[in-house]
Amino acid sequence: MSLWSFANPAKFMKVTAPLVPALSGLSLLLLVIGLVWGFFFTPDDYRQGSTVKIFYLHVPAAMMAINAWGAMLLGSLIWLIRRHHVSALVAKAAAPVGVTMTLIALLTGAIWGQPMWGTWWAWDPRLTSFLILFLFYLGYMALWTAIDDPDTAADLTSILCLVGSVFAVLSRYAVNFWNQGLHQGASLSLDKEKNVADIFFYPVLVTMAGFVLLFLALVLVRTRTEIRLRRLHALQLRERMA
Amino acid sequence: MKSLKKKRRIQIIAVAVVALTVSTGLIGYAMRDGINFFRAPAQVLAEPPSPNETFRIGGLVEEGSLQRGSGETVRFKVTDGAASIPVAFTGVLPDLFGEGEGMVGTGRYIDGTFVASDILAKHDETYMPKEVIEALKEQGVYQEADAAVPIN
Repeated sequence: MSLWSFANPAKFMKVTAPLVPALSGLSLLLLVIGLVWGFFFTPDDYRQGSTVKIFYLHVPAAMMAINAWGAMLLGSLIWLIRRHHVSALVAKAAAPVGVTMTLIALLTGAIWGQPMWGTWWAWDPRLTSFLILFLFYLGYMALWTAIDDPDTAADLTSILCLVGSVFAVLSRYAVNFWNQGLHQGASLSLDKEKNVADIFFYPVLVTMAGFVLLFLALVLVRTRTEIRLRRLHALQLRERMA
Repeated sequence: MKSLKKKRRIQIIAVAVVALTVSTGLIGYAMRDGINFFRAPAQVLAEPPSPNETFRIGGLVEEGSLQRGSGETVRFKVTDGAASIPVAFTGVLPDLFGEGEGMVGTGRYIDGTFVASDILAKHDETYMPKEVIEALKEQGVYQEADAAVPIN
């Protein structure tokens, strides 16, 4: 069985039907565990005090805001190259979820920044590229609704997605390219020495896993809706012809 | 895209990716002074801005340089390890501000002193429980952040 067999909408619907409740339930469980653990059973940070707790929302939301764009890029490239409609619809479905994650990251960051940095917002390279990414999300969704022909819409949004990837990459790596910014470097990374004490690290891993699963569940639900909409549209068209 | 063959579509995408990467790299490199949020003390000493220019300076608050007592004005030195510049500031400091911690100030460089109108604290990426630090301090194991460590 090849991966491309999922490009068949009927097959996709059949396979993902049981996945939606499973992923939603698991993500809810992980989010509840991770957030309760983080909010009530971890100590205060030595300099940030209890403000550190926003970490459990900010880091996973920011991670998923960037990864959602990555997922959209993947879907768009598969659409452009192989022209599987399901893949274009996955990209379309991921955008509203991604923009919500971006908004969560921007808002929690502002709430943390006010007491810690002393400002809600600064035109730091990382913050600025994140804001541009947010605007790209809005433009991407607007472009989908602005074009009537679904294939043209998929083509043009795919190209917009490719261009916007610049800011998705910069949102993650701007701290490495321009090192004189206000935002700190990566707190969590696989290859560097660990900066975050284990006691804060484990709950954030749980909430990150919860956010990943939540993203997958929401994208699957939205993709299934989009496929049904397409089918409905085709049926209506056939009826009108008859 | 519809009328093109698959191979040509892949070629176009590859060219687009290269073009985007190169243009981002060139723009980012050319505009690095504008994109960087602050200047380091060594950069300010190398090219002293005019007293009318408002800019941001960033670095660590030098250990032992912080004076709070003299009226409402707080005085300290900001350092990047290579150079240090005295700063004067009147106003409320953020929670994280302290000796050995990172800061970013907005203001003007007048007669060898940076007169700040606004001060932000810069957080590094370390997270440690309060109890652990207190225990380490009691045992005399914990050392305050070294002022010579470059920040990023």
